[in-house]
Amino acid sequence: MAGKPVLHYFNLRARVESIRWLLAAAGVEFEEKFIETPEDFEKLRNDGLLMFQQVPMVEMDGMNLVQSRAILNYIATKYNLYGKDVKERLLIDMYTEGMADLYEMFIQLTVTPPDQIDAKIALIKDRTKNRYLPAFEKVLKSHGQDYLVGNKLSKADILLTELLYTVEEFDASLLASFPLLQALKTRISNLPNVKKFLQPGGQRKPPTTAKMMEEARKLVKP
Amino acid sequence: MAGKPVLHDFNGRSRMESIRWLLAAAGVEFEEKFITCPEDLERLKNDGLLMFQQIPLVEMDGMKLVQSRAILNYIATKYNLYGKDMKERLLIDMYTEGILDLYEIVSRLPRTPPDQIDSKTALIRDRTKNRYFPVFEKVMLKSHGQDYLVGNKLSRVDILLVELLYLVEEVDVSLLADFPLLQALKTRISNLPNVKKFLQPGGQRKPRATQKVIEEARKIFKF
Repeated sequence: MAGKPVLHYFNLRARVESIRWLLAAAGVEFEEKFIETPEDFEKLRNDGLLMFQQVPMVEMDGMNLVQSRAILNYIATKYNLYGKDVKERLLIDMYTEGMADLYEMFIQLTVTPPDQIDAKIALIKDRTKNRYLPAFEKVLKSHGQDYLVGNKLSKADILLTELLYTVEEFDASLLASFPLLQALKTRISNLPNVKKFLQPGGQRKPPTTAKMMEEARKLVKP
Repeated sequence: MAGKPVLHDFNGRSRMESIRWLLAAAGVEFEEKFITCPEDLERLKNDGLLMFQQIPLVEMDGMKLVQSRAILNYIATKYNLYGKDMKERLLIDMYTEGILDLYEIVSRLPRTPPDQIDSKTALIRDRTKNRYFPVFEKVMLKSHGQDYLVGNKLSRVDILLVELLYLVEEVDVSLLADFPLLQALKTRISNLPNVKKFLQPGGQRKPRATQKVIEEARKIFKF
């Protein structure tokens, strides 16, 4: 029975925001059930809906999908955002795994002890400017096309755009030396589905703070 | 131009180990170029071979593959170890990601500071017995006597799970006791000719990390 996908998670970005971006960019309307009390989480567990006792979980196509990479891969495949063959999938995977590594550093910042934050921030800046953004700028430069892979929108473009917004929120000056990435960010943001997602009232979540992570942790029995 | 894949990595267990298992199980002969000093790693970086300045790197099919998940996905697809359709791929991915979560905790144990080893080991025991192994035992049970986790056919997730079973066994062999179907899977997969060869002395499986090996890696990779 077809129905909108239902995303079960906290009312947070954390590691789930990529799923929201991808569904939105694919033009898929989805519902969200936020976990707001320990009982909400316990119910999901006790009902046997969480394969590994963890969220996120997406109810979709009659199944309960878990593990964010599995969810992203499924959505990308279903909506033709995963390249046309094994070679394009390889490129998309290499790029998105690199993006995930940098994205994880931003997430880790929200759980870093105060005395280590300055060092973490310096490391993020270094990695962003010297390792990750140059790699993606180089890809765009190498073919001059509008999208990272196969001259067609894929999950790599969507996840990169999400990452660029995250970098910008962190320190806008970091994007300065990457004109092609800035152009990609603008292009993707102007796609009608993405534009709607980003507007006030859209399902994009505000930046995650350390406090929000703390609150969420209290809702989940380990 | 066809040739054997070349794996560039540290001569020990690392994120490359799952790639070694998968290539071996697929019957693909591969060469290894070991990084034994910081200069080896610098050279790879300066030659522009590492997209994100990191290993593992696998040279294969005329390309420089990086990022272990991307490499595993490519190998699995190429050698028909990734299910027959989107739904099977989804199951394989969900199981694989769960396995990797536990794998991450277990594989880091050798590098854990001595004062944290007991608590980490307790966490591994709990997760193994209560979160991860029951899921896969149940999958095998519900498949009504099929030999593999997904689609009644060997896939990457059987190979990865068996690799994990060996790792868990090294931590505490009793952890497998309550999971007879997983034990049977482990035996079955280990007896596949390609896997058997990989596991034998002289095979390309890497041994458990010793403190000495970890120290050497620390000098090269500065962690």
